[in-house]
Amino acid sequence: MKTKKITIFGVLIALAFILSYLESLIPIPVPVPGIKLGLANLVVITGLYVMGEKEAFVLSLIRILLVSFTFGSPSTLLFSFAGGILSCFCMILMKQIGKFSLTGVSIAGGVAHNIGQVFIAILVVNNILMIYYLPFLLISGLITGLVIGMVGALIVGSVKKYHLVSGNNN
Amino acid sequence: MMEPMNIVRVLKHISGSSGCKMLKRNDVIMTGIVLLIALVSLGFFFLNKKEGSAVVITVNGKIYQQIELEQNNTIKIEQENGDYNEVVIQDGYVWMTDADCPDKLCVKHNKIHYNHETIVCLPHKVVVEIIGGEENTVDIIAK
Repeated sequence: MKTKKITIFGVLIALAFILSYLESLIPIPVPVPGIKLGLANLVVITGLYVMGEKEAFVLSLIRILLVSFTFGSPSTLLFSFAGGILSCFCMILMKQIGKFSLTGVSIAGGVAHNIGQVFIAILVVNNILMIYYLPFLLISGLITGLVIGMVGALIVGSVKKYHLVSGNNN
Repeated sequence: MMEPMNIVRVLKHISGSSGCKMLKRNDVIMTGIVLLIALVSLGFFFLNKKEGSAVVITVNGKIYQQIELEQNNTIKIEQENGDYNEVVIQDGYVWMTDADCPDKLCVKHNKIHYNHETIVCLPHKVVVEIIGGEENTVDIIAK
């Protein structure tokens, strides 16, 4: 079953990688830094529900490093890292609490991602005023988290229903 | 692992009606709380909105220049490593006309006019901020 796991990891990372690239091609008509669709989060949340918590964390870590080194710069690495890791931890926590649906977990992840970005922005420009962006980023995190969560629920539902991943393994 | 039949079934499953209970009650409560926090703080900002009187440009947290809003001006912020941003002040409004940063988000930003509004260029660590209104009595250093 180890081979299967490695294969799924590979597929998911490749997907996350492509989704991040696609996302960079989509212009967002809002002049607030940090607003993103978070398409790659689709993969992380799928990994979280289909494979497990540790796997989801590794998945998002590899994705962040890979995407930042390929399409970004050292500063984008810092931002994606803070947002991505905070979002991943938050989603794992929310899932463990067990009182939220997949969509809810995704919403929390979206919001946490943006909170992480604002805090890094405060540190980077050395100016507390960046906090004024937080309300906008909270709302955008809610919306993107909701959309990603609903799509993610469809994906995870299908994957589980048809045993595409965890047929008879651990 | 994934036979073609499986994929067909998955596609049927997605296109059909599925996942009706996507949101639980707790999800809605959480969303409501976050939305409330965001809206209340937005409302707070809105109520505190005042006409700005000066613009402060900071680079990496240090004040680079402070200029009155009344006089029209064009400022080029040049840094030692060659990074630059160009800020225009005209008729009380401030915006960025040019920069050599990779994302150009600062140039796309709307014009700012009210106190606490900012234009940020994250790659260059440049913050253009409007100050003023009654509560602010910082000495204004006119250029």
